[in-house]
Amino acid sequence: MSQTSFETQTQNSNRPKLNFNFNVQSYTLIIALVLIALIFGILTKGEFLSPRNLSNLFTQMSVISVLAIGMTLVIVAGHIDLSVGSLAGLTGGIAAILQVWFGWDTFWVVLAAILVGALLGFWQGWWVAYRAVPAFIVTLGGMLIFRGILIGVSQGKTVAPLQDSFKIIANSFLPYSVGYIIAIIGIFLLFFSTWKKRSKRNQIGLQTASAFIDYGKVTAYSVAIFVVSFMLNLYYGFPLPMVIVLVLGGLFIFISMKTSFGRYVYAIGGNQEAAALSGINIKKNTLSVFVLMGALAGGAGVLLTSRLNAATVSAGEMYELDAIAACVIGGTSLMGGKGSIVGAIIGALIMASIDNGMSMMNIQTFWQFIVKGLILIFAVWIDISSKT
Amino acid sequence: MKTYALQMEGITKEFPGVKALDDVTFSVRKGEIHALCGENGAGKSTLMKVLSGVYPSGTYSGRIVINGKEVHFKDIKESQDAGVAIIYQELALVPEMTVAENIFLSSDLMRKKIIDWNELYAQAQYWLDQIGLSIDPQTKLGELTVGKQQLIEIIKALTKKAEILILDEPTAALTESDVEILISLLKDLRAKGVTCIYISHKLGEVITLADSVTILRDGQTVSTDSIEELTEDKIVTKMVGRTLTELFPYEKHDIGDPILEVKNYSFHHGGINETVAKEVSFSLSKGEILGVSGLMGAGRTELFISLFGGYPGKKSGEVIIDGKTVDIKKPSEAIQAGLAYVSEDRKRYGLVLGMEITKNSTLAALQKVMPKGLIDTEIEMKNAGELTSRMNLKAHSLEAKVSQLSGGNQQKVVLSKWLFTNPKVLILDEPTRGIDVGAKYEIYKIINELSQQGVGIVMISSELPEVLGVSDRVIVMSEGTITGELTREEATQEKIMKYATAGRDKNESNII
Ligand SMILES: Nc1ncnc2c1ncn2[C@@H]1O[C@H](COP(=O)(O)OP(=O)(O)OP(=O)(O)O)[C@@H](O)[C@H]1O
Ligand SMILES: [Mg+2]
Repeated sequence: MSQTSFETQTQNSNRPKLNFNFNVQSYTLIIALVLIALIFGILTKGEFLSPRNLSNLFTQMSVISVLAIGMTLVIVAGHIDLSVGSLAGLTGGIAAILQVWFGWDTFWVVLAAILVGALLGFWQGWWVAYRAVPAFIVTLGGMLIFRGILIGVSQGKTVAPLQDSFKIIANSFLPYSVGYIIAIIGIFLLFFSTWKKRSKRNQIGLQTASAFIDYGKVTAYSVAIFVVSFMLNLYYGFPLPMVIVLVLGGLFIFISMKTSFGRYVYAIGGNQEAAALSGINIKKNTLSVFVLMGALAGGAGVLLTSRLNAATVSAGEMYELDAIAACVIGGTSLMGGKGSIVGAIIGALIMASIDNGMSMMNIQTFWQFIVKGLILIFAVWIDISSKT
Repeated sequence: MKTYALQMEGITKEFPGVKALDDVTFSVRKGEIHALCGENGAGKSTLMKVLSGVYPSGTYSGRIVINGKEVHFKDIKESQDAGVAIIYQELALVPEMTVAENIFLSSDLMRKKIIDWNELYAQAQYWLDQIGLSIDPQTKLGELTVGKQQLIEIIKALTKKAEILILDEPTAALTESDVEILISLLKDLRAKGVTCIYISHKLGEVITLADSVTILRDGQTVSTDSIEELTEDKIVTKMVGRTLTELFPYEKHDIGDPILEVKNYSFHHGGINETVAKEVSFSLSKGEILGVSGLMGAGRTELFISLFGGYPGKKSGEVIIDGKTVDIKKPSEAIQAGLAYVSEDRKRYGLVLGMEITKNSTLAALQKVMPKGLIDTEIEMKNAGELTSRMNLKAHSLEAKVSQLSGGNQQKVVLSKWLFTNPKVLILDEPTRGIDVGAKYEIYKIINELSQQGVGIVMISSELPEVLGVSDRVIVMSEGTITGELTREEATQEKIMKYATAGRDKNESNII
């Protein structure tokens, strides 16, 4: 028998069945990450895995992660955004100027940066969605324009220093206890959602993977969460920027899986014509993707300026490429229609690990470029060859 | 006794979770036309992909012997070199290039550093003459009908000295006249000694064309018989494993008030200043099944996509749905108004191939699985499960990507998607294209059921028996206008054909 129709399948569903039909990509990613951590751990005699360095690593990856979260949506929708580096630089610059030159409060400064990002994203999205100019062109233009504006408004000067309330955004830590509480809540949610999903699926007679596999996975994740929290608490605790990434990541995973907007983005990227005939408003949704990307770039700009405690004219240069690479390493297809935010964040972590590990080993920076480039090509090759 | 051109023995091919082929034996004699029949998902396409190296040696088990030699193809190129040519339903041609360029696209003639265009066109002309096609080799391929494009694809295979020609559902998208040309071409080729494997759900064709028939069911060989021993009914029985008594389960049903009225509707395409539909008027009532017949290119698809809001072009006239005049500018408004449109081109307009069955089936009415404003995956799964089991969809899991389904099962997903919108008017554009007899029957039954529930159904179909068997009333289109209207009692194939060719004589040269 080659297949069963659903009646027979549901009857079989309570028979435990090993289901190895999982997404290979997400596991290759985790394996790759563990390998990288081990290799650098050994080469740096454990220094790479020290609490202090892990804390640095999670802080370093935050800006690219925030960009990669938005970039995933953009790429899944079948587009690309080359302007995010410049846009993060510009919004970060505007934030610094408003605070340092005009004395705005941190809250208003952050809000302004995000709004400016969203507005410029709207502008680009309008060209893409309503004027049908390819995103590659629009955002290549945007990349130049935003960098130009940044140089113009900052008159080519570095703008610094910022108020303490601004600096803490990217340079502070959660108290130990709060860190643990978050970890415990996270673990609890993992177990609870798995349990809920399983029981609901059983209730309506759908196939579930065996309890062993499902809960085994959750247990493994929980151990990882716990170990990471423990390590971070050996240093100063959870870095705030990391928490911001986790919150934004969670929010956008939610958006991509639970809202019609998220579903539509995948459908549009997968087959625009079919999506259109299914009554999906292509233009509006495309525009929204760019608005969200812009807002996230604004957030990334704030993080960047806060971390450096200054805004420079070259801030964020080449970040668009790192963000795109993070998405692609994370399994997002440049053809559109396929991609995951978790993957993109892990991709960003892999990229940051390579930067961080190699500089710890005092390898000259030019090697970082070469290695990252090779890994990018390699990741896509694995993706393509695992499909056949 | 003739020798075998091809022997496949003990072929087993598994996909994650599915055994698509299970110990299949398939032998084809030299110079015969061998039909391969089976329900949707029986494994026909998969078997041919194994043969042609799409699935390389090593990814399946079993033996393939061509002309007495065992072969292990690693890719399509190797199978081509061994004389195997496969022609898919989706054509692998470049519409922007000329006929000649397409024919020789991967041949040495096009690979030269400097292409000798005169030589190229002369060669192309030679082959076209061989087949008896009067086409200028310099015309753009995209300007030809799908049927002629199919023939070009065959010529392309022949120039590569194909000895075994595989046609996977070649006639699914062809008009009757194109089918005839294809059939006579295949007969010619048989006379010249080419071996041909022919996959089709149109059993009438199989009977007239094939020398032998192999039947697959659930990935296993049921039988191989010579055509003398078979009838259409026998093939069907072997395919589905039971006897189908009737082809069209038509039942008399009540017809209510008008649900869709179209008055003097005209429509021009965006850029091209050509009227696609001219002053079209018709009406459809609740519970009525309205057949729309006509030749390919008569403007049927365009008319209904335009009514559905799928084209930006200029429109005039009046459309009334359920007593209310509507002005539908985009598909979402059409869905709102109660229209559903099942496209003839499911891969292009019907499905997001990389998405799961569940997600595809709710795409047009996502709000229905969002009771609290958020997508409830479990409800979504449950609905998709109900719909697809009503359709008798075959897949290893509801979470399988649609791209992994066989053609017929993909069509069932598209239907599920539109049924999920609970339409008042369901427009079906060639809904049984590429679908096996059993599934066709199921679809006709669903159409009947829906009509009994008061849904108005528009059934666009190029298959005359189907139109006659299913419809309460038939309208015939030609050149963007309605040229005739027949009741179920009046309608015959001859009358429909007469209306369908009305006003087309001047273009006769276009229909080869
Ligand atoms: N890439 C794939 N991954 C997983 N399953 C597949 C894949 N391709 C085909 N299948 C499965 O293999 C089975 C046979 O499919 P196949 O396309 O060969 O059917 P078919 O006989 O050609 O049907 P149809 O008449 O509908 O075209 C189906 O159950 C299908 O779901
Ligand atoms: Mg097939």
